Amino acid sequence: MLTQTDAPMTGHPLADTVARFAWLLPVLPLLGFLFNGFLSLRAAAHPGPADPTAASHDHGEHGDHGDHGAHDAHGHDDAHHAARHPSAGLVSLIGPGVLLLSFGLALAVFVAMRAAHIEEAYVLTLFQWMPTGKLSIDVALQLDQLSMVMTLIITGIGSLIHIFSVGYMQDDPGYPRYFAYLNLFVFFMLLLVLGANYPLMFVGWEGVGLCSYLLIGFWFHEKANADAGKKAFIVNRIGDFGFLVAMFLMFANFGTLSFAGVEEAAGGLMVGSLIATAICLFLFLGAAGKSAQLPLYIWLPDAMAGPTPVSALIHAATMVTAGVYLVARSATLFAVAPTAQLTVALVGALTAVFAATIGLKQWDIKKVLAYSTVSQLGYMFVGVGVGAYTAGVFHLMTHAFFKALLFLGSGSVIYAMHKAYHETHNHEDAQDMRNMGGLRRHMPITFGLMWIATLAIAGIPVFSGFFSKDEILTAVFARTHGSTLAEASLFGIPGTALLYAIYALGLAAALMTAIYMTRMMLYTFHGPNRTGEAERPHLKEAPWVMTGPLVVLGVLSLVGGWMNLPLITGGAIGPVELLHHWLEPVVGTGANIVTLGETPHLSHATEYTLIGTAVFIAVAGIAFALWRLKPAALVAAKDAPAEQGIAKVLHDKWYVDEAYDAAVVQPTLGVSRTVLWKGIDAGLIDGLLVNGSALLTRAFGWMGSQAQTGRVGTYAWVIVLGAVAVLGAFSFL
Amino acid sequence: MTAFLESISYNGWILPALLGLPLLGAAVLLLRGRAATADAQMASDRRFALWVFLAEAGLSLGLWWSVNVEVPLWQADFELPWIPSWGVSFHLGLDGIALMLVLLTTLLMPLAVLGGWTSIREKTASYYALLLILTTGMLGVFMALDLVLFYVMWEVMLIPMYLIIGVWGGQRRLYASLKFFLYTMLGSLLMLVAIIWLGTAAGTEGVPNFGYDAVLNYTRLSDAHGSVWLFAAFAVAFAVKVPMFPFHTWLPDAHVEAPTAGSVILAAIMLKMGTFGFIRFALPFFPAAAMLPAVRTVMLSLAVIGIVYGALVALVQPDFKKLVAYSSVSHLGFVMLGIFALTTESLQGALVVTIAHGISTGALFLLIGMIYERRHTRLVDDFGGIAKVMPVFSVFLTIVALSSIGVPGTNGFVGEFLVLIGSFQTQPFYAVIAATSVIIAAAYLLWAVQRIIYNPLVKPENERLRGHDLNWREIGLLTPLVVAILWIGVYPKPLLQKTERAAAKLIQYVEDVRTSDRIGRIR
Repeated sequence: MLTQTDAPMTGHPLADTVARFAWLLPVLPLLGFLFNGFLSLRAAAHPGPADPTAASHDHGEHGDHGDHGAHDAHGHDDAHHAARHPSAGLVSLIGPGVLLLSFGLALAVFVAMRAAHIEEAYVLTLFQWMPTGKLSIDVALQLDQLSMVMTLIITGIGSLIHIFSVGYMQDDPGYPRYFAYLNLFVFFMLLLVLGANYPLMFVGWEGVGLCSYLLIGFWFHEKANADAGKKAFIVNRIGDFGFLVAMFLMFANFGTLSFAGVEEAAGGLMVGSLIATAICLFLFLGAAGKSAQLPLYIWLPDAMAGPTPVSALIHAATMVTAGVYLVARSATLFAVAPTAQLTVALVGALTAVFAATIGLKQWDIKKVLAYSTVSQLGYMFVGVGVGAYTAGVFHLMTHAFFKALLFLGSGSVIYAMHKAYHETHNHEDAQDMRNMGGLRRHMPITFGLMWIATLAIAGIPVFSGFFSKDEILTAVFARTHGSTLAEASLFGIPGTALLYAIYALGLAAALMTAIYMTRMMLYTFHGPNRTGEAERPHLKEAPWVMTGPLVVLGVLSLVGGWMNLPLITGGAIGPVELLHHWLEPVVGTGANIVTLGETPHLSHATEYTLIGTAVFIAVAGIAFALWRLKPAALVAAKDAPAEQGIAKVLHDKWYVDEAYDAAVVQPTLGVSRTVLWKGIDAGLIDGLLVNGSALLTRAFGWMGSQAQTGRVGTYAWVIVLGAVAVLGAFSFL
Repeated sequence: MTAFLESISYNGWILPALLGLPLLGAAVLLLRGRAATADAQMASDRRFALWVFLAEAGLSLGLWWSVNVEVPLWQADFELPWIPSWGVSFHLGLDGIALMLVLLTTLLMPLAVLGGWTSIREKTASYYALLLILTTGMLGVFMALDLVLFYVMWEVMLIPMYLIIGVWGGQRRLYASLKFFLYTMLGSLLMLVAIIWLGTAAGTEGVPNFGYDAVLNYTRLSDAHGSVWLFAAFAVAFAVKVPMFPFHTWLPDAHVEAPTAGSVILAAIMLKMGTFGFIRFALPFFPAAAMLPAVRTVMLSLAVIGIVYGALVALVQPDFKKLVAYSSVSHLGFVMLGIFALTTESLQGALVVTIAHGISTGALFLLIGMIYERRHTRLVDDFGGIAKVMPVFSVFLTIVALSSIGVPGTNGFVGEFLVLIGSFQTQPFYAVIAATSVIIAAAYLLWAVQRIIYNPLVKPENERLRGHDLNWREIGLLTPLVVAILWIGVYPKPLLQKTERAAAKLIQYVEDVRTSDRIGRIR
């Protein structure tokens, strides 16, 4: 089935290169999924007796499973003492293996693409999917500079995280199932970025959501984990509703759903087009769901219930950035809808600040990183929102490096904490930073690498995050004059004022980012250790299969900025704006519309001032945290007092979950149960109408039986009346 | 394949053969000698019935190749005079739409039999005979090209189902079966009046004509095509069957009380008679009436109310079977939306939902039956942690639930997506409201799935399921359904091509009659 039915792109520079095999990119992980899934089921399945009703329930049998169940009841990250899964060796080979093969192929395609200098996307049509009426949707893959960047990130970082997982998950009884889900995720993620039309992208979009659901609830025997998975899926579906409506609008107005077709149609629209604005706002609803923006961000922090490598891959580096990719992919469409763009940028900026405030007061190391991710995703939306598509994608990439590193690093920490607690049979929380402290002495490699990532996310110069974050902020500032955005307005507020506000929000978020990240590092690695006397000797650095990937990510976090050095460096430390030129053929049209066809230009003085401000903010944040926070004063979680005042509000996440529950979830359930089901269904329709008419029929029957008088005279009268009535009726027809 | 089928003139005899074979099987089942023990009787009856259904399915497969959906003529046409003086004939034929429904029926019936393989232990000969008679009735409805024949088949299938629920059903089976019977009977009586009126009017020289083509020709040329009353007489009968809100309350009761096979057949096939009725009769006979703004608004509103209402009520059902029943109300609302939005894409989507719902909901009822046999409860909250003890069951339940939610890559998505994107072209308001159900559908099914297979395994009754995962029979009967779920989700093109011509033709016909109709001719 997955063969090339036709070669429509013959003559394309990529047609005769390795790009022809691009369909293998997603198919390889799919094969991995099938293989690992089969192994997982084969080991778990014990088909029952032929007749389930005849079977007497056999109690003796589950003795040999007993340890299994008792162990699993401990729940998350507690997996490492069961016997290894029987097929673990094979799974360790296949799971990461298919990813490495995919990555290798992606590199080969990248080399071919660099050599070919393509202006147009290379579309590989595999087969027709839903051809009916005027609708024609193909299963087709699109290779261009944007999907290439995404593919490299997904397969590259994906490979590292798969390798890390070999160590992290080694003793989990669900080992093959884990890799099956992870492979399936990469399949859908590649479909998402390689699909050549919106519906196919939507397949990947929902597919990654499904894998996210399965992996968040991976340790499903704890209700909280299963709840978190379900919540992620349902909240995402609210966004997907927006994505669907956007596609309906595109088909109704443009008659096509392919990227090329929509791009062409969008190019013909006036700036400020209502149709484009509506489509973009609905698309952004989808993006806000998948990329955890206000008001739909609530699922992402809960998603930390999944295994930590999953958080790194899905909930930091790849899936959650799909919304940013969606906006960049629809660059031209957004460019003609400045109102929608301002909305995107504003929501992004507000999310960046809002999530950062919550990040300031979390104790769970993964929760800090989760809110940090929400905040950084907001940053990316600010970038693509103001039409600086390259800047947004650039931050997406550097964030993938340093946030994956932070998550995997925290995974190493949790792994070490767990081992230590397990040795002493202590049931303290291995993710609570109040139980850590001083880990730098026990895990120096993780400690050093995580500081690199922290400096990167805080925006300290030469680290990767500095360049990408600075590019976004500079772009916002540059758009305040001489852009479609400056001329547009939102809710009556002129674009220029709004852009200044967004810039200020960006700085505020940057300040808080530096503070909460330094706080996390201080509490985890510095100061005295609070894990416990007995546990301390057991705190050790993770094995090399885990620290190896960390080192690679550390290097990337350090030098990733060189992929798009700003123009102002003047080539002094390397070639400038590599990524910008690379993405030009894909997002250039859109970016040009926003900047009114001119290259955005700020004076060097302004630009230096902007950079100086950003660096000052970052340094100030770190300095403030170092000055104010005293790790030595912390006590272990079990002895810690409850928070008071604003600290409690932040720790409890502004009570947003509670508010949603009271405003949406409970009323929906209540109305459905009492009004719709008990009221209308059982009461009105069944009670009154159905059973009522049954009663009425019975009453008529009774009246009829009363008419059976047995007197011929009465009958005769009835016959006469009836005849008159019938004849009368006929004469009127 | 086509050449071979022609050489045995397959199209000439296949339709009556498909109707006759189950009847013959039923007769043999009822008339042959009894076995010595009840167990032996059960084993022999079910094996015999399975063979008949497999033969039926095998026979019907040739239709996939023999029916040419590209020509605008009835395929596998078969006609015998029946009551010539009343203008009634035994006339059968297929188009692409009927073809898909016939195949759905014949292919699903063996699985329905296998689903009740061990749970039906009493009066097995009668049970399987009724299933066979029911099959003839259902196939007859899809094949009939004569209105009287259609009506007879419509009623024929009613009685076996009434008995299946009433005799082999659960505790409140009498209430449920009677409700089912009266609801459908009342609806179809109005239709009978309308059929008699139409046949009489379509006749020539005092002899009525109940032939489908003759009646269609009559309504097109007369102003009957604008008659709201005739439309309503058909529409009520079909709306009860679909079921459309507010005629749906028989469905949850019937589903809960019916044995597994009964639920599967009800959901997968019998509900589709209602939507099929709209496509085959109500819409082409009375296009102008159906497209009157008021009528269309009522139909679209009821469809969309059904979608959202069904989903919301499903959300709060404690009984898993009832939950699935209400989800059927929601899914069938999509079919009705697709039909009345009247675009090729939406109608094609409606047909895919028809098939997809048959597969997915059929599979859901089979799965419920399997777990019920082991645990003797269907209350969602009685379960929890089943994935630990029955991993294979859990994998199947997850895949089937996802298809019912409409996750892309499964059959459910293709149908809903086409319905919505097609409806949006003419009815954006209704389409957007209907689209909200993607959120609620995820909520009710994932919540139920979580409470059944995830969460802690704490109840000892559930712990005892260890070692009683699905057996090979159950795996074998679910596997084809899962294959179909993924096949239609990934490559629906062959399916769409079978019905494309018939769907486009219907849309064209309705538009033509409507536009050629002068204002004022509509009564």
